[in-house]
Amino acid sequence: MKLELRGITKTFGALVANDHIDLTVQPGEIHCLLGENGAGKSTLMNILYGLYRADSGEILLDDVVQHFSGPGDAARAGIGMVHQHFMLIPVFTVAENVMLGHEESKFGFLDLPAARARVREISARFGFDVDPDALIEDLPVGVQQRVEIIKALSREAKVLVFDEPTAVLTPQETDELMGIMKQLKDAGAAIVFITHKLREVREVADKITVIRLGKVVGEAKPTATNAELASLMVGRSIDLTIAKSKVKAKEPALVVEGLTIHNAQGHVVVNNVSFQVRAGEILAVAGVQGNGQTELTEALLGLQDRVMGTIDLDGKSIRHLPIHKVLAEGVGFIPEDRQEDALIAEFSIAENLMLDRADGEPFVRHGALQLAYRTKFATDKVKEFDVRAQGIDEVVGSLSGGNQQKVVLARELSRTLRLFVAAQPTRGLDVGSIEFVHERIVATRDAGVPVIVVSTELDEVLALADRIAVMYEGRIVGIVSGDTPRDVLGLMMAGELPAGTKLAA
Amino acid sequence: MSAELPATVPIAETATKLADPKFDLTGGEAPPEPPAPRAIVALREALNGSVVLTILAVFVALVVGAILIASTNTDVQTAAGYFLARPGDTLAAIWQSVAGAYIAIFRGGVYDFTASNFGTGIASILNSLGFATPLIAAGLGIAVGFRSGVFNIGGTGMILVAAACAGWVGFAVSLPPGIHMIVAVLAGLVGGGFWAFLVGFLKARTGAHEVIVTIMLNYIALYLIDYLLNSPVLRDPSSNAPVSPSEKPTAVFFHLLGPSYSLNFGFILVIGATIFCWWLLGRSSLGFKFRAVGENPRAARVAGIHLNRMYIYVMVISGVLVGFAGVYQVLGQITTGFDRGIDAGIGFTAITVALLGRSRPWGVFAAGILFGILQAGSYTMQADQGVNVNVLPVIQSVIVLFLAAPPLVRAIFRLPDPDRRRARAMSKKAVVAK
Ligand SMILES: Nc1ncnc2c1ncn2[C@@H]1O[C@H](COP(=O)(O)OP(=O)(O)OP(=O)(O)O)[C@@H](O)[C@H]1O
Ligand SMILES: [Mg+2]
Repeated sequence: MKLELRGITKTFGALVANDHIDLTVQPGEIHCLLGENGAGKSTLMNILYGLYRADSGEILLDDVVQHFSGPGDAARAGIGMVHQHFMLIPVFTVAENVMLGHEESKFGFLDLPAARARVREISARFGFDVDPDALIEDLPVGVQQRVEIIKALSREAKVLVFDEPTAVLTPQETDELMGIMKQLKDAGAAIVFITHKLREVREVADKITVIRLGKVVGEAKPTATNAELASLMVGRSIDLTIAKSKVKAKEPALVVEGLTIHNAQGHVVVNNVSFQVRAGEILAVAGVQGNGQTELTEALLGLQDRVMGTIDLDGKSIRHLPIHKVLAEGVGFIPEDRQEDALIAEFSIAENLMLDRADGEPFVRHGALQLAYRTKFATDKVKEFDVRAQGIDEVVGSLSGGNQQKVVLARELSRTLRLFVAAQPTRGLDVGSIEFVHERIVATRDAGVPVIVVSTELDEVLALADRIAVMYEGRIVGIVSGDTPRDVLGLMMAGELPAGTKLAA
Repeated sequence: MSAELPATVPIAETATKLADPKFDLTGGEAPPEPPAPRAIVALREALNGSVVLTILAVFVALVVGAILIASTNTDVQTAAGYFLARPGDTLAAIWQSVAGAYIAIFRGGVYDFTASNFGTGIASILNSLGFATPLIAAGLGIAVGFRSGVFNIGGTGMILVAAACAGWVGFAVSLPPGIHMIVAVLAGLVGGGFWAFLVGFLKARTGAHEVIVTIMLNYIALYLIDYLLNSPVLRDPSSNAPVSPSEKPTAVFFHLLGPSYSLNFGFILVIGATIFCWWLLGRSSLGFKFRAVGENPRAARVAGIHLNRMYIYVMVISGVLVGFAGVYQVLGQITTGFDRGIDAGIGFTAITVALLGRSRPWGVFAAGILFGILQAGSYTMQADQGVNVNVLPVIQSVIVLFLAAPPLVRAIFRLPDPDRRRARAMSKKAVVAK
C-alpha cells in the first residue's frame, strides 16, 4: 500500500512539532526518517497512527484520503506501528497483548487459542522464539520488541512504522530485525523506519528523508557518508570520534571483589566478579544485553538485595549502604531504563532535575523547596545540556526520547561526583547529542572521577573506554585495554577469550 | 490506548461498599482485589481531568438528580397519566418539582431569600460550612494519599477512633477552657494518626495492600467503639442506649459568629489544614517525595527516596487529617454525646470529595463546600418539597461515575478529545504498573 502524507502540521502550544511535512512511501520501500532528538519524527508517526490529530494536512493510503479518529481506525486501514516506548500491558500474556484492541471471540468468550495460534504462526514465519503464554513483564526488552512487531503484523498491516526499534536491541537482534524488515518489504509493505544509527540506515534504507525542527530539510541517498548524513541531521558537521587525552593512571578508587548476585528466583546473575576502576579512568562494561550488567550496576548503587562480595569506594565499603547513602557518597547513576527508573513522566523538567536531591541544600531548606533556586538551576541546565523543551515547567513525559535522556544526564552530572555509573548513556540519542554526552563523560573522567560505562554498543565502548571489561553469563570474561580490536571483543562477548589476548587488569 | 481504559468505578465502588462495616460482608461478594494497574491509571486520569470536565460532571449529576426528583414526584406522576391529553401539565409539574427541589437546596444550603432578614438568610451557608468542615478535612487526608499512590479507604475507622479519643478527653477530663479543647483535638489527631500508622506500618513491613488493611481496620474500629460504648469507658451511665456522655463545654469548639450560627472554630482549623496541605504537596520536600512515590515508585526508589518510610509518613498524615473529621464530629457537630454512627459516612464521602477536588488541596476545599451545601440543602428539600434526601447520594455517585469516565462526559458534550499530552506518560505507566 502506498502511503502519502501531505502538508502535515502539528503544534503543541507555541511549539511547531511538524511544519508542513510531505512524505511519500511506496509499497516495497523502506523509508528512513532521520532527524535529531525532538525533530518531530515520533509526532509525525503518532499522527499517522491516529494517536494525535494533525492541525492541518492529510494522510492518503493508495491515494485515498483517510480520517483517523484513533489508533483503531489506523490499524483497520492497515497501518501497524512499533512504538518507541512500548505499549504493552505487563500483566497480560503475549497472546493477550496481541489480541488486545481487536479481540476475537467465540460464543462470547475470548478466543485465546486463536490468538495463540496467530502468535505462533507469525513467530514461525519470521523465526522468532516467543512463547504466547509468557507474561510481558517476565520478558527481556528484545523479546518485548518482538511482541510489538507480532502485534503490528497480526493485523495484516500494509504500512509499518518502526519508531526507533533498535535502541534497545543487541547488534544481533538488530540484524535480525533488519532481516525481517527486508522480508516485509519484499512482501510489498511500505515501511517507515526511524533510527539514529547510521549504519542501520545505510544497510536497509531505500530512501532517506531528514527532518529538522519539524521541517523536511532534505533527502539523501543510502550511499551518503556518515558525515554527510550527520551534518544534514544536525545542521553542522559532527566529529564522530572524540578527542581523548591519555589516561593519567591513579589510585584505584572503586574496588569490587568477588561480587555475586542472585536474582529473586535464586539464580546467579553475577558470578564472582572482581575489578577495579581508577580515579580518572573509564572502564567500559561491554557485553550482550542480559549478561548481568544491569544487576551489576544496580548492585553498585545498593539497588540489589541478594549481593555477596565487597564494593569499596575510596577505601570505604558502600556495599551495605541504602541507596540514598550511596547517592550521598557521590555516586552518579544513569539507569538503563530512563522511563522507569530515572524519570517521573508527570513531573516537570525542573522537578526531575532535583529528584535525587530532595533532602537538603541547596534545593531544600528547613523542609521547604527552594523554588527560586530550582528555577535558576533548571534554566541553566536546560541551556547547558541543550534540552529542547518549551520551558522548565514542561512535563518530562512530553519531551522527545533523546531530550528525556539529557534531563537525566544533566541531573547526575551536576552533582559533585566520586563515582559515575552510566548504563546505556546514549540510548536513543541523536549523533549530535551522543557527541555531546561523550564529551561530558570524558570531561568527568578528566576531572578525576572513576567512570563505569555499561554499553551494548561496541562503537560507544570503543569511543570511551580506557579499559574494557566484557561480561558473559554473569562473569567477566576478561578485562582488556581500550584499543582491543572489535573481532576480539566480539569473541569475548560470546564467552570466548582468544588465546594470546593481552589482559589489562 | 491506555487513555481509554475502563473506569475504576466498579472496583472503587465495590471496595467502598466492602469497606463499609455496615455492609453485609457475608453477601457472597468476593473479597476485594487490590486495585489493578488499570485502576490506578484510570484514577490518575480522573485526578488529572480538566476543570471543565469536573464542572460538567457536577452538571450531569444535577441533571440526573433532576430526573430522579421529577420521576418520583406524585404531581408529575398524576399529570403523566393524562400526558397525551394535556402534555403541558406534565411539563409544568416536572418544572415545578425540579425547580422547587433545587431552589430548596439553594435556600437551605446557600442563602434563604424567604427569610425575614439577612441574618437569618445567611445562616444557610454558615450551616453548610459546618457540614463541609469534616468533609474537607477527611477529603484532604484521602487526597494526600491519592497523590502519593496510596488508596486510603479506611476513613471510617480513622474517624471513629479519632472521635472516640477526642470525645473521651472531652467528657472525661477536666481542664481549663481552651486548653481542654486543644488537648482533646490533639488526642483525636493522635488517635487517627495511630490508626493510619498501623496501615502504613503493615504495608511497609509486610507489603500488605493498604486497601485490604484499611477495610479490615474499619471493622475493627467499628466493633472496638461498639464495645467501648457498651462498657463504662465510653458509655453514659445515665442513658439506656450505647451513647457517650455530653462533651464538657470547655472542650467544645466555640462558635465564631455567636450562638445563633452553627459555624465554629473547627472551620478555621480546616482552613489551616488546607493551607498546610497546599504547602505540603506543593512546597515541601516531603510532599515532593510523596508525589514522586505516587507517580513512579521505581524512579523514586532509584532516586534514593525511602518508599517504606514514605508510605508510613503518608498514612500518618492522611490519618491525622481524616482524624480531624472525627474530632470535629464530636467537638463541633454532635457535642451531646456520640454513638457508633458518629462517622456519618464521611469516611466514604471524603473519597468522592477528594476525587472531585482532583486531589488538589483547594480543589478539595471547594468540593467539600459544594457537598456541604448539598447536604444542608437536602434537609430543606426534604422538609419543604418532600423529596427524599437519598437523592443526594445518587448525585454524589453520579459525580464520581462521570469523573472516572471523562470520555463519557466528552461524548455527552461533544468536547474534542484533547491531544493526549500524556499519551506517553500513560503508556509508560501501563508498563510500569507492575
Ligand atoms: N504530547 C506532547 N505535548 C507537548 N509537546 C510535545 C508532545 N509530544 C512531543 N512534543 C514535543 O514535540 C517535539 C517533537 O517530539 P518528537 O517526540 O516527535 O521528537 P522525535 O523526533 O521523535 O525525537 P527523538 O529522536 O528524541 O525520539 C519535541 O520538542 C517534544 O518536546
Ligand atoms: Mg521519537
